[in-house]
Order: sequence, then structure tokens, then C-alpha cells
Amino acid sequence: MRQEYIITAYTENHIGLLNRVTIIFTRRKVNIESLTVSESAIAGISKFTIVINEEKEKVVNIVKQIEKLIDVLKAFYHTNEEMIFQEIALYKVTTQALMDSDQIEKMIRSHNARILEITKEYTVIEKTGHKEETQALFEGLNQFGVLQFIRSGRIAITRSPVERLSEFLRERDALFTKMEAKAK
Amino acid sequence: MTTKNEKIKNSPKEPVEMSGSEAMIRSLVAEGVDTIFGYPGGAIMPIYDALYDFGHHVKHVLVRHEQGAVHAAQGYARVSGKVGVCFATSGPGATNLITGIADAMIDSTPIICITGQVTSGLLGTDAFQESDVIGISMPITKWNYQITSAEEIPEAIAKAFYIASTGRPGPVLLDITKDAQFGKLQFAYEKCTKIRSYVPEFPTDKKHLKKAADLINEAKKPYLIYGQGILLSGAEKELLSFIEKTGMPAASTLLGISALQSDHPLNMGMLGMHGNYAPNIKTNECDVLIAVGMRFDDRVTGNINTYAKQAKVIHIEIDPAEIDKNIKTDVAIVGDAKHTLRLLTTLVEEKKHTAWVNEFLQSRQKEHDKVIVNDLTPTKPGLTMGEVVRLSTDLTDNKAVIVTDVGQNQMAAARYARFDQSRLWVTSGGLGTMGFGLPAAMGAKFGAPEKEVILFVGDGGIQMTIQELGTISQENLPVKIVILNNDFLGMVRQWQELFFEKRYSFTEITSPDFVKLASAYGIPGASVSDRKELETAMKEMINAKGPYLLEVKIEQEDNIFPMVPAGGTVSRCLLGADEL
Repeated sequence: MRQEYIITAYTENHIGLLNRVTIIFTRRKVNIESLTVSESAIAGISKFTIVINEEKEKVVNIVKQIEKLIDVLKAFYHTNEEMIFQEIALYKVTTQALMDSDQIEKMIRSHNARILEITKEYTVIEKTGHKEETQALFEGLNQFGVLQFIRSGRIAITRSPVERLSEFLRERDALFTKMEAKAK
Repeated sequence: MTTKNEKIKNSPKEPVEMSGSEAMIRSLVAEGVDTIFGYPGGAIMPIYDALYDFGHHVKHVLVRHEQGAVHAAQGYARVSGKVGVCFATSGPGATNLITGIADAMIDSTPIICITGQVTSGLLGTDAFQESDVIGISMPITKWNYQITSAEEIPEAIAKAFYIASTGRPGPVLLDITKDAQFGKLQFAYEKCTKIRSYVPEFPTDKKHLKKAADLINEAKKPYLIYGQGILLSGAEKELLSFIEKTGMPAASTLLGISALQSDHPLNMGMLGMHGNYAPNIKTNECDVLIAVGMRFDDRVTGNINTYAKQAKVIHIEIDPAEIDKNIKTDVAIVGDAKHTLRLLTTLVEEKKHTAWVNEFLQSRQKEHDKVIVNDLTPTKPGLTMGEVVRLSTDLTDNKAVIVTDVGQNQMAAARYARFDQSRLWVTSGGLGTMGFGLPAAMGAKFGAPEKEVILFVGDGGIQMTIQELGTISQENLPVKIVILNNDFLGMVRQWQELFFEKRYSFTEITSPDFVKLASAYGIPGASVSDRKELETAMKEMINAKGPYLLEVKIEQEDNIFPMVPAGGTVSRCLLGADEL
């Protein structure tokens, strides 16, 4: 059954790695719905958050292929239910539309959005949430004309209490120590 | 007076200032490189200039095309077990390596390709002979890296060797800009032993090992299939002890050939599309299938939905990404074949499965009567590929390195060559690269100079990389070339005959006079088409001190059988066209 999966990967921060990761998807003709890469809590280690719509079997295969890359420390996959995730969206509307009625103001309140900047010509609104939520606000605002709209890729953290990376790095250190001891 | 050459044996303890190019060559020497296949050009000239001083340590072989260099590096690696190294310049030099890199990737061959690149300031400007070889080779390398300053060279080379040769081996490409070659650095060399994001081999899971042993001990019809993993991990002895203790029959993938002696009583032959009859059909009759160091390629499995469904499948494999990729396993043991088999052998009971082994032998007899007898002792006048191949290994006591190209020549060689030792078999498996044979044979001879190297190649494949006759001639390299000439692209013609109503669309191919051509290169040769002349001609070829080309004109429209048609089931392995 195809469903949304969130793939997360911890990698060295090396040039070209983004390319190496994404061609794994391209080769299998899997579309990436959303992709975010940024530095993790540990300096020098990047975190990829990739959303795809696929069957589990294929997701497992892709995660193994990602993990096989030399510069990848560890990769995981999760269903949406297993993670807390957010996206951020920015909307630009005319300030005139904001002044003409109280509709936009009400929408901002009811969607828990906020205003980032107001100029004479335009107003920029920010909303974080799931895609359906940022989309709902877009559709609401668009009744008054949205000049510009942008939505970020997804960011996500697991529901487990520990950061899996630190746990993983500890395990790997232990593995290397064991291997070195064995080699001697 | 000590020369430069004498001083370079050991890498300096204290850093010494030198150019990037010299550091590159010294790093290779420190890694034990003795042979480099390459072709110079603008962007790699500083490295070639440095190489000029290192003639006593490193043999450079000037190929005639970069594809020849990379296949030669593969052939070298496959027979020697060492990392094969090749050099090419930027742009077209680098792109000409691509086929061989893809071949090495899919066949897990450790090679390092070093390509020159335009000066770093020119990167991305469409400079003369600039190509994005890092981008191009990304999906077909285990690792690649662009070096843009001299200081990076020793570490990058050390990493390249570590990555190429450990775990599941594979190709590494290093792209080095011209300014990095000219630049200076303080050189000291240290081998790489650890990369925190890369675990070449995971420790064996003892629980899984025990589960596997239990399954094997309870099995009535256990069957072991093995691949190149045996050769890559040096597990030939462990494989032997394991099958002898458990008394189970074993069969090889195309790339696993020569890991087990051909005439071992438990060696049942080869799996796959044109493999032997018994190994294929017994896959669907065994109760426990133990797969070691192989990846369930579609040419081995046929239709995966009808593959070994009745059996418990145990998969021993170093690459975790191969587990459950094609065939779902009941027990998976991630680890190298040598360690894992050694551990597993201690846990299994000594057994004899005489009745089960006899079933294999009966099936073998069936194949013998219907196929092998016609291939090896034909009654029709036309020569068969099988009889030519078998004669060559008979005359060399099964001790020759057999290299093949791709197609019918390859399948005939895989089926009929006999091997007494391991690492005697070099072929392009996963990628099926026509044109692989001649340059790979060249590399194999450099990798195992003490062994006889015999190439089997078709009239199609030889013409893809025939320019390497020039290299063989210049090196006076004793490679024995057997062209199995049927004036067709034989394997495609076979498929056209069987599956495309004999519509021979563009498979008839003409050839030059191969003997004359060889002669133009100063290589002696002969052409035979008569069975009576074959043995004498073959002996003359084997006895030749230098290179030799023997063209054998064989039956034009012979087919390779048995055959599991693409997507078919392994239990329906056809012994002839009449069974289609």
C-alpha cells in the first residue's frame, strides 16, 4: 500500500552528497514530495528529511541504499504517525486587502498564523503546520488574492525520548572499538 | 649515489615538501601499486611527468582507449585480488572510463580511477576538456571525490584504497584538478583504517548464525549456492570445509566460478539462465537454500515469484542492502563469507545426503545426454564453442586464467571451462559489457603473469575494443586470444531465433581478416574451421611465447542450452529449442 513515509538520514556534511542521496530516488523513479537538509544538533553532521509516497518494501530498499553511501551515518524511515512534523509557509497579500475587511485578520487568528511584515503595499503572513493546514490558509487568503506563496520542506522529530543520532554514534564508537580490539 | 627511485621505497616519516603529482605517485607506491593502465592528456600531464621518475616501481601500460584501461584494471583486480588502478585525462578521457566503472560497480570489483581535471578556477566554465565526471560517475562509483588542492592528495588516496578494497568492494574515482597536481604539499603517507560513516563489515549476529545452523541440521535436501563473495573474501577453503562437512551439493553463480574446483564431487555447476540443468531445477526442490556471497540477480532467479518458494532461505552476504532486496530470506547473516562460513561450519552436523546428491547427478546426466554430449563430442561437421573451450582447459590442466567477452562465447566458456584453482575466471557479469574481454585479458595477464591467460571472445565483441591489440603488441604480452567466429552477434541471433520468429534483425556481422589484422600488429595467429586441425592449432597457440590470435570458425547458428527464458521459472529449464 502506498502511503506517506518520512525518511531521515544523518550524513557527513560533504559536497555532492545531496546529489548522491537524490539519485537513489531518481533511479527508482520515485518522486520526492519534500526535502529538507540542514545541520543537525551535532556540528558537521547534516540531517536529511525526505517525504515520499511509496510502498513500504520500496521505502525499506531505498533506506538501505541511502545507508550504503559512504558518507551516510544512518538512515531511518517512519510513517507520519510515528513523527511530529511541521512545515512553514509564507503568504504575501496586499495591505489594501487587509484594510478592506476584517476577514483576513480573522483568518490569521483562527489559523494561528502571524504577520511578519507590513508595508504600504503588502503584508507577509507566516503559518506553521501540516500541509493541509498551510494549504487551507492559502485557499482562504486567496479569495482576496495571494501575491506570493511559499511552503518549506517538512522537518520532523521522532516521538521517542532520545535523539537517535547520539544513541547511534555511541553504538558505532563501541563497534569500532570492538573491531580494533579484534584486529589487534 | 642513490637515485630518486631507490629513495621512494618507503614513504617518508617526516613530512617532505613535494608537488601534488609526486605525492600522488608516492601514495600509490605506498599502497603497493605495481601496475597502472592509462592514457595521458592535457589535464593529467603533471602526474604523467611525475610518473616518469618512478619506472622501477610502477609499470605503466599505455592502452589504446581509456575503456581499455579500466577493463584492464578490472581484469588485473579480479585475478590478483589487489586494487586495479587506471589513469585518464579530463573530459573525453574521463567519460571513456564510464562503461568500465559501471561494470566494476555491478560486479563489485575494486578499482581506482584517477582522472585529471581542468584547473580549479575553470571548474564550471565549460573549459576545454572539462566534463563533470564527479556528477557523471556518482551513481556508478562506491565513492568519488574531487581533489582541488595538493594537501588533500595523500588522505584522498588512502581513503580511496580503503573504500575500494574493504566491505563489498567497488570502484572509486578520484578527479584531480591540474592546479592540485602542480601545487606543493608537505607529504607524509598514512593508510586509512577507519571512516566513521562506513562500516565495511558488521560483526556476525550469533543468534542468526544459530538459527541458520538449526535449519541446516534439520534439512533433508539442503543446497548451497555461492557467488563472487567467496572469491572476494578468500573463503574458498571455508566453502569446501562447509559443504564437505554437511555433505550438501553446491552450485555457483556466473561470477562465483572457480571458487570451488570444477571436478569436486559436490560441485554441481552453474546457476542461471544458461547455467546447468540440475542447479536450476533443484532450486525449486530443496528444503533449505543457503546463498553465500551472491545477490539473487534476475539472471539467476528467473521469475522471483516462483523461485525457491518451498525452501527456507538463508542468505549470507556482506552488503546489508542485498538482504531481502530480491528474495525474501528466512535467516539473514550480514557478514563476510569467510568468517561467517567458518563460524557456521563449527555449528553444523556432519552429514551425507547421498540420495539428494544422486538426484542432482541424475539431472546432470539428463543434461549430459541432451546437451553436453552434442557440445563436447559433436557428430556434425561444424565446430562448437563448447569443444573449443574444453580443449583449451584440457591442454592447460585446468590451470589457465579464462577470460571471456559477453554473449554465447561467455556462456560456452562458463559451461565448459574447467578450473583447478580459484581466481581463474574473469567475465563481465552484471553489466554484460561486450568489449570487456580483450582489455580484461590484458589486465589479467599483468595481474597473474605466471599463469596462462586465454580469452574467448566473439567476432562482435572483439571488434568493440580491438584497438587493444596495439597495447598487447607494444607490451609483447602473452595473451592467447581465441575468437569464436560465427559471423553473427550470436546471443542476440539466438533470441531472435527463439523469441522473434527468426527475424535476424541486424545480427549478421562481417569481420576483417583477423589473422592478417593480428599480423599487422606483429601478433602471430591462425584460423581453423576443421575439427581435425583444432588441437594442433590450439597447442601452437598455447606454446607461443608471446601473444597469439586463434580464430575458430564455428557453427553459425548454434544455440546455448540449457536455458531459462527471461522471466521464466528455474524449474522449467529448457534443454533444447524443442522444449519451448
